[in-house]
Amino acid sequence: MAAVLESLLREEVSVAAVVRWIARSTRGSEVTALTRPQDNPGEAAALSSLRPLRKEFVPFLLNFLREQSSRVLPQGPPTPAKAPGASAALPGRPGGPSRGSRGARSQLFPPTEAPSTAAEAPLARRGGRRRGPGPARERGGRGLEEGVSGENLPGAGGRRLRGSGSPSRPSLTLSDPPNLSNLEEFPPVGSVPPGPTGTKPSRRINPTPVSEERSLSKPKTCFTSPPINCVPNSQPSALDTSPWGLGLPPGCRSLQEEREMLRKERSKQLQQSPTPTCPTPELGSPLPSRAGSLTDEPADPARVSSRQRLELVALVYSSCIAENLVPNLFLELFFVFQLLTARRMVTAKNSDPELSPGVLDSLESPLFQSIHDCVFFAVQVLECHFQVLSNLDKGTLKLLAENERLLCFSPALQGRLRAAYEGSVAKVSLAMPPSAQAVSFQPETDNRANFSSDRAFHTFKKQRDVFYEVLREWEDHHEEPGWDFEKGLGSRIRAMMGQLSAACSHSHFVRLFQKQLLQMCQSPGGAGGTVLGEAPDVLSMLGADKLGRLWRLQERLMAPQSSGGPCPPPTFPGCQGFFRDFILSASSFQFNQHLMDSLSLKIRELNGLALPQHEPSDEDGESDVDWQGERRQFAVVLLSLRLLAKFLGFVAFLPYRGPEPPPTGELQDSILALRSQVPPVLDVRTLLQRGLQARRAVLTVPWLVEFLSFADHVVPLLDYYRDIFILLLRLHRSLVLSQESEAKMCFLNKLLLLAVLGWLFQIPTVPEDLFFLEEGPSDAFEVDTVAPEHGLDAAPVVDQQLLYTCCPYIGELRKLLALWVSGSTGRSGGFMRKITPTTTTGLGAQPSGTSQGLQARLAHAFFHNQPPSLRRTVEFVAERIGSNCVKHIKATLVADLVRQAESLLQEQLVTQGEEGGDPAQLLEILCSQLCPHGAQALALGREFCQRKSPGAVRALLPEETPAAVLSSAENIAVGLATEKACAWLSANITALIRREVKAAVSRTLRAQGPEPAARGERRGCSRACEHHAPLPSHLISEIKDVLSLAVGPRDPDEGVSPEHLEQLLGQLGQTLRCRQFLCPPAEQHLAKCSVDLASLLVADQIPILGPPAQYRLERGQARRLLHMLLSLWKEDFQGPVPLQLLLSPRNVGLLADTRPREWDLLLFLLRELVEKGLMGRMEIEACLGSLHQAQWPGDFAEELATLSNLFLAEPHLPEPQLRTCELVQPNRGTVLAQS
Amino acid sequence: MILTKAQYEEIAQCLVSVPPTRQSLRKLKQRFPSQSQATLLSIFSQEYQKHIKRTHGKHHTSEAIESYYQRYLNGVVKNGAAPVLLDLANEVDYAPSLMARLILERFLQEHEETAPSKSVINSMLRDPSQIPDGVLANQVYQCIVNDCCYGPLVDCIKHAIGHEHEVLLRDLLLEKNLSFLDEDQLRAKGYDKTPDFILQVPVAVEGHIIHWIESKASFGDECSHHAYLHDQFWSYWNRDGISQCCSGWCGTPGLSDSSASASQSAGITGVRKHFLPGILMKCVCK
Repeated sequence: MAAVLESLLREEVSVAAVVRWIARSTRGSEVTALTRPQDNPGEAAALSSLRPLRKEFVPFLLNFLREQSSRVLPQGPPTPAKAPGASAALPGRPGGPSRGSRGARSQLFPPTEAPSTAAEAPLARRGGRRRGPGPARERGGRGLEEGVSGENLPGAGGRRLRGSGSPSRPSLTLSDPPNLSNLEEFPPVGSVPPGPTGTKPSRRINPTPVSEERSLSKPKTCFTSPPINCVPNSQPSALDTSPWGLGLPPGCRSLQEEREMLRKERSKQLQQSPTPTCPTPELGSPLPSRAGSLTDEPADPARVSSRQRLELVALVYSSCIAENLVPNLFLELFFVFQLLTARRMVTAKNSDPELSPGVLDSLESPLFQSIHDCVFFAVQVLECHFQVLSNLDKGTLKLLAENERLLCFSPALQGRLRAAYEGSVAKVSLAMPPSAQAVSFQPETDNRANFSSDRAFHTFKKQRDVFYEVLREWEDHHEEPGWDFEKGLGSRIRAMMGQLSAACSHSHFVRLFQKQLLQMCQSPGGAGGTVLGEAPDVLSMLGADKLGRLWRLQERLMAPQSSGGPCPPPTFPGCQGFFRDFILSASSFQFNQHLMDSLSLKIRELNGLALPQHEPSDEDGESDVDWQGERRQFAVVLLSLRLLAKFLGFVAFLPYRGPEPPPTGELQDSILALRSQVPPVLDVRTLLQRGLQARRAVLTVPWLVEFLSFADHVVPLLDYYRDIFILLLRLHRSLVLSQESEAKMCFLNKLLLLAVLGWLFQIPTVPEDLFFLEEGPSDAFEVDTVAPEHGLDAAPVVDQQLLYTCCPYIGELRKLLALWVSGSTGRSGGFMRKITPTTTTGLGAQPSGTSQGLQARLAHAFFHNQPPSLRRTVEFVAERIGSNCVKHIKATLVADLVRQAESLLQEQLVTQGEEGGDPAQLLEILCSQLCPHGAQALALGREFCQRKSPGAVRALLPEETPAAVLSSAENIAVGLATEKACAWLSANITALIRREVKAAVSRTLRAQGPEPAARGERRGCSRACEHHAPLPSHLISEIKDVLSLAVGPRDPDEGVSPEHLEQLLGQLGQTLRCRQFLCPPAEQHLAKCSVDLASLLVADQIPILGPPAQYRLERGQARRLLHMLLSLWKEDFQGPVPLQLLLSPRNVGLLADTRPREWDLLLFLLRELVEKGLMGRMEIEACLGSLHQAQWPGDFAEELATLSNLFLAEPHLPEPQLRTCELVQPNRGTVLAQS
Repeated sequence: MILTKAQYEEIAQCLVSVPPTRQSLRKLKQRFPSQSQATLLSIFSQEYQKHIKRTHGKHHTSEAIESYYQRYLNGVVKNGAAPVLLDLANEVDYAPSLMARLILERFLQEHEETAPSKSVINSMLRDPSQIPDGVLANQVYQCIVNDCCYGPLVDCIKHAIGHEHEVLLRDLLLEKNLSFLDEDQLRAKGYDKTPDFILQVPVAVEGHIIHWIESKASFGDECSHHAYLHDQFWSYWNRDGISQCCSGWCGTPGLSDSSASASQSAGITGVRKHFLPGILMKCVCK
């Protein structure tokens, strides 16, 4: 492995080749692929010798980076237990085999560095995830801590710190286990006594054992743990010397404990000190106070050592990330962010005696020699992943854009990030849930008819009461420090369950349980975030202004504690804890079975739900409004599914999880044989396959991941689930973000899948080797596309809100950056915004103190007591009216503004002349004048909703609805509709006006066209016109026939009659006067054809039907026809007529072919043209002049000269005289020509 | 007016390698006096275009061009007034307008050294007076006015027919009091590809539901049914959901039966306009 990296660093092989090499290994087509032409043969040879090691490359690279960065990120010790194979695979290193990784590690972490080794680094701690197949067994040792059931037995002590069976951390268990969960007994973070926490990680990736969380009866422990590297740790790293080789992860547990302590400490501070200045002091203050020496090192791009090497490694690393060769995208990003925000380099590196200075091996010298190197490397990697970054939430983007290191190392990237930040609308809020709400009585199911007896029905009602009593009690007490679920409620729950005798009673209760679960946990924030994103539900919209502000505040106060590192274990945050504990305390197998049945059914139902499919093409301002609703519906379904699947997984695998380590050897085989017979509780494999086929992975995979996250250790070994994992792995590999395949899957959809899959691969029960050892699935992931063209995958159903709600751990990135900022605040003045309280009271987490909160709760209560259809109706009306309001504004206000813009534009064009100036500038001017009017939109919109909503509600609700209910419903509908419309309008009205004005401007400018004069006077047909004129197409076709006859070749008997010609010209007149069917191109062609016709007339070239002797048009007839043409040109054509063509050499040349030549018609025509003002004298003179330049037969040129002299000689006389002149000498031209 | 498939095939049969000239059309008219000139011309034009599409390539090899050009030069030297170019085109069975373009292009190449741009050629074909060589100008002009299937004049006629029939269709819709959105309104709403008209309230014609109407103003033979179905109608279909395409040309029942995809459109003959406005009226009214 190292050899590969070394040859890369020595530039023997290119990055691209290496990435191809790695990627191929995972696709299994090694032999043929190696000889592919794009590989340089040398490279291929160099790499092929290393073929067996290929699959270990990525783990090696990741471990290598972690190890290299260990001095910078002291909280993350290097890989503890490397795969034996990996260290052996350093053929080029002289001392390689002898230098155990242990040695290196302990030198990197000499005890003297203790103060700087922070313990909280789950990420880096996981450095050594990859172990050989052998150690994989050992991993199991950790599994024993993950047991749930043991600790949940009554009296087993839910608060007992788990893992006492782990030999590797005796000091911890001995010290004072009970204290850890006792808030009072724990001192603030800053003064945490040296504890066993600063231990080493066992794996690169898994930070914390999972089930410890699960087994805690107190739900809050699950989801609170502070972010990591910020918390400097004063513990001596005494434990660094503890046996690495044991394969047991002491770090995990102690990590957990410390998190616990921190969380408690923090929440205590929160509760105790009402001054909500900001969370900063807690986070920031310990830094200076405790580690005075630990000042941030400034990073300087100029001081980066070995740039090239860093660039290469960064490139390989980025490529691996981009190709999804790493298990978890966000974990790697987190690592890179850690490097970016590294504060200080540990300087003791030279204490490594083995590092002989003579060795120049590129892997011998540390990759990161200074903080500058780290930041440089991080920025390099980040540059490659701009697309992902730009899709993070707005807050993260802001922090990134304001990061001074980023600015200093890559102003370009910083600029793009700033632009992305400014354009981003992805505000994510992870607010906490409001108070729980009981499921209302369901008359359709909860009635006597559904029960076998009165007694059963009565029992059910009583159970209902007990259940809600229990629930309320939990709500009141669960945050109290000393309260224990099992102690407080366990016996009551079991007593209640005992009364459920009949099977049907169980199913009724389970239905209630499940409904309550969905209601409490799925709706806003139950799972740690609001579901509804931009379009919050009814309640959050009521008085959204102040309420929203309160929630934001609350969120800022709460959020930092709300997740546990970039890869937290599965947890039951918030209300979910109640249900988890309820199931555990009830410990009733009937209940569990019914619950599984019911959950499976509901999951199937929701998973199969036909969600509206988005038409990608008609995206529009308005459909945006509608689309929000669909996105929201998707979010609700997805979150419900995830919640149900989580509980299904929890219950289904509950019997198999235990505190003892997973079995090995024969025991395992027999267990496998046994388990493989058990049918899965829900046929998830089929559901997954169907989901992939139907392109609904974005719906199916996230809940499946939740389900699988609760699997026990044996599960991934079962064939059935192994198939699932392999499918998921292939899916993961196929989701390459940089591939723009809009038709296949949207970017954010991919990101969501990558995040949840990445998270799943880090769950301890998922074998670590699964990800990298996967050799089998050779071909790229292909879905049979029986699917509809636009599956759900292709629709933009995921937004940042949903992404962060499903994967709160992505928020860790933001926290990392925020901590960097807060850490450097003291020095630089700081970016951290302080929360400024507007009132001194009611700043607690409860918004209920305010009248708006009260209002919201009132509305909620109102709906609660009414039939569900009322709420649906009100929401529906609000939704439609809001949407209509936007459309109405668009059709009225915006359309008016566009008209104004058009008239303003006309003025501009008039004042500025033909040019009118730069269109972009014009647009700017117009927009600056018009956009301010957009402000009226809000008032208009409010008025519209006010006017329309009540009627709609009234029409839709039953006639008999009581007046008070009706008016409340109306008011709520008005409020919601207004809220919806105004939210959209205030966000988009300016852009909308701009867009419309822009379209109008370009329309006007285009219509202005090249010949502005030609268009103004275009007129329609007269009022009386009945549009019976011949069609233009018919006329063009007729005239064309005449022209072709005239031009020939023709049969001897072909010709036209003079009458036909006259009739044709008459029809032409009619057609031109009826504008109904005339389009500009047709008119142009008619004009040109008429000119051609005139030329042929003048040249007497039109074959006339009749006696052969005649065969020519009579003079008089010809003149009459020319007169008709002249008057058509003068009166009827509205477009320009190319009259100058009459004097083009070609048309005049027609005369040359006639014998004898007759010039009188031409002269006549020219005179008439001048007389009618169709052509100017000068113009004709110019044309005649240019005619002389053409090549003519000698005599023709002479005659032409005579003609033009004759024409020029005529005096510029007013019309009457010209006419007499013509009458007097009708044939003068002819005579002259013949002379 | 409805044409049976047999009639149509008979007409098409007569059109095999016939030059696209006035004379051919006249003969056709004599042969089928019952058909209108517009229908015949439309069928002629489509058949001829199919033919040209098939044979286009062989006229565009550099050898072919060179030999045409030499023959043209020789012919013109002998007699500049004779229809050299037209005869050449008829002889080699190529459209006169296209032949004129070919020779013009070649001519300009020789005389101007740089290859002439397409727009220059087009404008010269529209107005042969711009052609520097008088003889060639006359030859080109002769080709263009004698070609009834290609050339700027024919293009303009086609365009005009399309426009006229759209207007006619609109009038009919207005007359029938059917509420519709036209192309401009649809574009303003953000549609990129639109049919001519979308009915705001669908109507049923002969048992078929019609959502939108597209005016094609050309004879609906099997080939164009397929092509339009493919290019346009499916995209409308996808966009507007269950649209029934009603491209009522003078497609024939027999004709439409021959292809499943066309059957729906031909079944609604008449809502669509076709070459003859009178026919259109009749069909729509029934």
